[in-house]
Amino acid sequence: MEKPWKNYIYAFFITATIFATAFYLGNYFSDRKIDELRATENRIALDILSAETQFALLGELSCPEAQNSVLSRELDSLGEKLDYSEEKFGAGNPEVVALKKQYSLLEIKDYMLIKKLKDCPKQPITILYFYADDCRDCEKEGHVLTYLREQYPELRVYSFDYNLDLSALKTLAQIYGIGGKFPALVIKNKSYQGFKKVEELEALLPELKIATSTPNVSETKR
Amino acid sequence: MDQLSNLTLYATFFFALYFEVFMLVNFFEKRSSLKTEEARTLSVFPSITIIVPVFNEENTVTKTVFSLLKLDYPKDKLKIIIVDDGSTDRTPTVIKRFRSQRRVEIIRKSNGGKYTALNAGLAVTTTDLVGCLDADSFVPPDTLKKIIPYFENEKTMAVTPAIKIHRPDGFIRHVQSNEYNLGIFMKKCFSIIGAITVTPGPFSIFRKSVFDNLGLFREAHNTEDLEIAMRMQKNLYRITNAHTAVVYTTGPATLHQLYRQRVRWIQGFLSNTIDYRSVFFKREYGHLGLFALPAAIISIILFFVSIIMILRNVFNTIGNKIIEIQSVGLRWHWPKFEFDWFFLNTDSKVFLSIVLFSATIILIMYGRKISEKKTGLSIHTLYFPFVYAFLSIIWLSRAVYATAFSKETRWR
Repeated sequence: MEKPWKNYIYAFFITATIFATAFYLGNYFSDRKIDELRATENRIALDILSAETQFALLGELSCPEAQNSVLSRELDSLGEKLDYSEEKFGAGNPEVVALKKQYSLLEIKDYMLIKKLKDCPKQPITILYFYADDCRDCEKEGHVLTYLREQYPELRVYSFDYNLDLSALKTLAQIYGIGGKFPALVIKNKSYQGFKKVEELEALLPELKIATSTPNVSETKR
Repeated sequence: MDQLSNLTLYATFFFALYFEVFMLVNFFEKRSSLKTEEARTLSVFPSITIIVPVFNEENTVTKTVFSLLKLDYPKDKLKIIIVDDGSTDRTPTVIKRFRSQRRVEIIRKSNGGKYTALNAGLAVTTTDLVGCLDADSFVPPDTLKKIIPYFENEKTMAVTPAIKIHRPDGFIRHVQSNEYNLGIFMKKCFSIIGAITVTPGPFSIFRKSVFDNLGLFREAHNTEDLEIAMRMQKNLYRITNAHTAVVYTTGPATLHQLYRQRVRWIQGFLSNTIDYRSVFFKREYGHLGLFALPAAIISIILFFVSIIMILRNVFNTIGNKIIEIQSVGLRWHWPKFEFDWFFLNTDSKVFLSIVLFSATIILIMYGRKISEKKTGLSIHTLYFPFVYAFLSIIWLSRAVYATAFSKETRWR
C-alpha cells in the first residue's frame, strides 16, 4: 500500500509558512501602529515643553498662543487610539502600558497649563476623569463623557487609569482625594465619586451651554 | 477567556487551512495522471443495468429515464429498471409510456423506502455493472462512456460521478451550485487518497459483485448511499471518482427543503460514521481512518467551538451597545467618515481569513474547471463561503442534536 504520507508533511510546512507570514504581517502592522503612537506622543511632548518654556520666560502665556500650543484635540485622538490598541494588543502589552503612562503625564501637563490661563476670555472647561478596572459604571461614564465631548467641543476631558503605576498620577489623585469609589470626576476643583448622568454634568457645568451655541442640542432624542 | 477564544480560533484556522492545503498538494501531485484518465477511450463495452427508484416523482421521472435512453452506449448493453416504490401520485401512469421500450423494465412494489426499491432492482439485475440514478437527476449522453474506463482497473469496485446543479436559478440553488463544485474537487482529492465515503444516489456505478459479496443496500439512517460506501471501505474495496462524468441534479429550491435534505445527510453521515467507528485510526484503512474521517469529526467540533466564540463576541458587542444606550440614551449622531489606517484591523487573523477565503474560492474554481473545463469566477462564488458558513450552523446544529438524541430523519 503505497500512500503519499509525505504530503501530510508538505501540507504541514505550507500551512505553517502561511501562519508564520500572517503572524509576521500582524506584528509588523502592530509595530507600525505603536511607532505612530510614540511619534504622536513625542510631538505633543515637544509642544507642551515649548509652551512651558514660554511660560517660564514670560511669566504668563498670551491666550491665543496657549490655545495653539496646547493641543487637547490631538490628545483626544491619541486617547482613542490608545484605547483601541489596548483592546487589540492586550492591556498587559508592555509597549502599550509605557505609551499609556506617557499619555497620562502629557494629560497632567496639559491640564496644568490650561489652569494657568486664568484671564483668557474663552476659558477652557475641564473634567478630570478617573476610572478603574472591573467597574461597570466606568464604562457608562466613558460613554457619557464621549457624548459630552462630541456635543461641546470646548470641553476637555482628561481620563486616567487609576490602576496605572505612575507616581505623578498617584499624586494627582491624592490632591483631589480620589481612591474609594469609581468612576470619579473632578470638576472645578471639586471631586465627585460615582456615576454621573449627562444631565447632572450639564447642571454642574452651565457654562457649557453658553459656550456652545448649537441649536440641535435641545432636539436630540432621549 | 480571551486567550482561550484566540487559541480556538487559531486552531480552527490552522485546521481548516491544513485541510485545504493537503487537498491541493495531493491534487497537484496527481494532476498529470488526471490528463491520462481523461484521455482514455473504450474498446469493450461491458453490460450495465441502471436502477431508477421512484416514489411520487411524476414531474421529473420522464426526464430522468429519457436521459438514460439517450446515453451514448451500445443499446444491447444498457438496461434500465424503474422501480416504483408504491407511488401514490400519477407516477405509475407516467412511467407506463416506457413499457414499449425493450430496454426498460418496470417493477411496482409496495412502499418500503428507497433502499428496498434499489434492492428490488438489484434482485433482477444480471449484468456485471449496476448503477442507480435518482429520479430528480439526469445524465448528459457522454457520462457513462466517461465512467466505464475506470473499471478497466480490476481493483476498482465503484465509480462516482461529478454532480452538478442543472442551470441554477435563485439564491438557494446558486449556493448549492458552488457547494457541488467544491464537492467535485473534494471528491476527486478523496478519490486520490482513497477516502471516498459516499457513492451518491445520482449515477454511482458499482460492480454487481459488490452486492453479491457484501450484501444489499441497508436502511442505514436514510442514507444507504453513505452506508454502502463505508461498507466497501471497511472491506478495502476501491472507490474511484470520475471527475469529468457529469450528472445533473435539481437540488432543493427552498431553504426549508434544503435544510431537511442536509439534516438527513449530516445525520446519516454521523450515524454511519459511528456505526463504522472501527475504521478510525487503523493503518489498514489508510487516509480514510487516519485523516478523512477524524478530520470530519474534528472540523465539526471546531466549527461549533468557533461559533460559540463568535456568538460570545456578538453578545459582547450588543451588551456594550446596551450600556451605551443606558448611559446616554438613544441619540442619533452622524457616523464619522474620517479614514485613519490606524483603526483598520491588521490582526493576523484578518490575513488568515483572507488566505482561507481565497483558498476556498480556488477549490471551487478547480472543481468547475476539472468537471466542465470552464474557468472564470462568478459573483455567486464570492458570497458563497459566508452564506454557506451561516447556513451550516443551522443544519449542523440540528443534525448533531438529532444524532445525539436519535431523532428520525425524514425524506421530504
